[in-house]
Amino acid sequence: MSEKSAGTLAAPGPKNPLPRIRAPKVPTGTLYRGNIGMWSWVLHRITGVSIFFFLLVHILDTALVRVSPEAYNAVINTYKTPIMGLGELALVVAIGFHALNGLRIILIDFWSVGPKYHKLMFVVVILLWVVLLAGFVPRHLMHVFGG
Amino acid sequence: MASVTIDAPRSSRSNGSKRSVNLEKWGWIYMRASGVVLVALIFGHLFVNLVSGDGVQAIDFAFVAGKWADPFWVVWDTALLWLALIHGANGMRTIVNDYATNALLRKTFTGALAVSTAVLLILGTLVIFTFDPCPAGTAADLLPSFCAAGQ
Repeated sequence: MSEKSAGTLAAPGPKNPLPRIRAPKVPTGTLYRGNIGMWSWVLHRITGVSIFFFLLVHILDTALVRVSPEAYNAVINTYKTPIMGLGELALVVAIGFHALNGLRIILIDFWSVGPKYHKLMFVVVILLWVVLLAGFVPRHLMHVFGG
Repeated sequence: MASVTIDAPRSSRSNGSKRSVNLEKWGWIYMRASGVVLVALIFGHLFVNLVSGDGVQAIDFAFVAGKWADPFWVVWDTALLWLALIHGANGMRTIVNDYATNALLRKTFTGALAVSTAVLLILGTLVIFTFDPCPAGTAADLLPSFCAAGQ
């Protein structure tokens, strides 16, 4: 036996019956599988990918300031249309969740009681998200649609 | 009696070829370190560009030129460019590694990410640091007000 082994497991037999593991009737989940842990992770991925693709476009549209003022203004004026205005709304919704949930992930990783309170922190994330959007959404809609 | 040997916890994967720098670990640390900074940088960016004043309606060439006349926003936007793009590209790399089961497909996507990130970082940095707020032959109403003084 290797000296680097932690121990041995006896083979299952009459004297060592396999432990019976039953699935719980209601899925309980773990930190990352099922329920809040998994769905916050799914949302973090979806928002992250969306923000990444906007960032690619945003670097290119901003680079037009190096082409000419006319070229930059022509493209940035499309950002002021109602459809793009709603797109900016969706972008801020995604960024708000990704930022707040990212801070929650950091707390889970580095705060000693982070994993214990990960569900409570998710509730706090959602609450702060709603507060953030309550401040942003009316203001932005007024800028886009006038009012 | 047959037995199963279990490695000691935290033993290295292979004792022969140990990497001196654990890049995956530093990538993991980077996501968290840059993430904290990005929360401040992006919320500040969104507030100045979308919330304050006339919001998105106020953005045009003169608005950008006015911001970049201040070194504060040059540093802010450069940090935003580098931290956000590398953060995003590394996140996309994680997703590619999770879902691309075909080795060739994975290498293609990872390579495309590396190339596009390098190109956009160089392009974005050059745009910020070679920016001309008062290009010749442009109508004065498209330019920031401080251009008039020099003409």
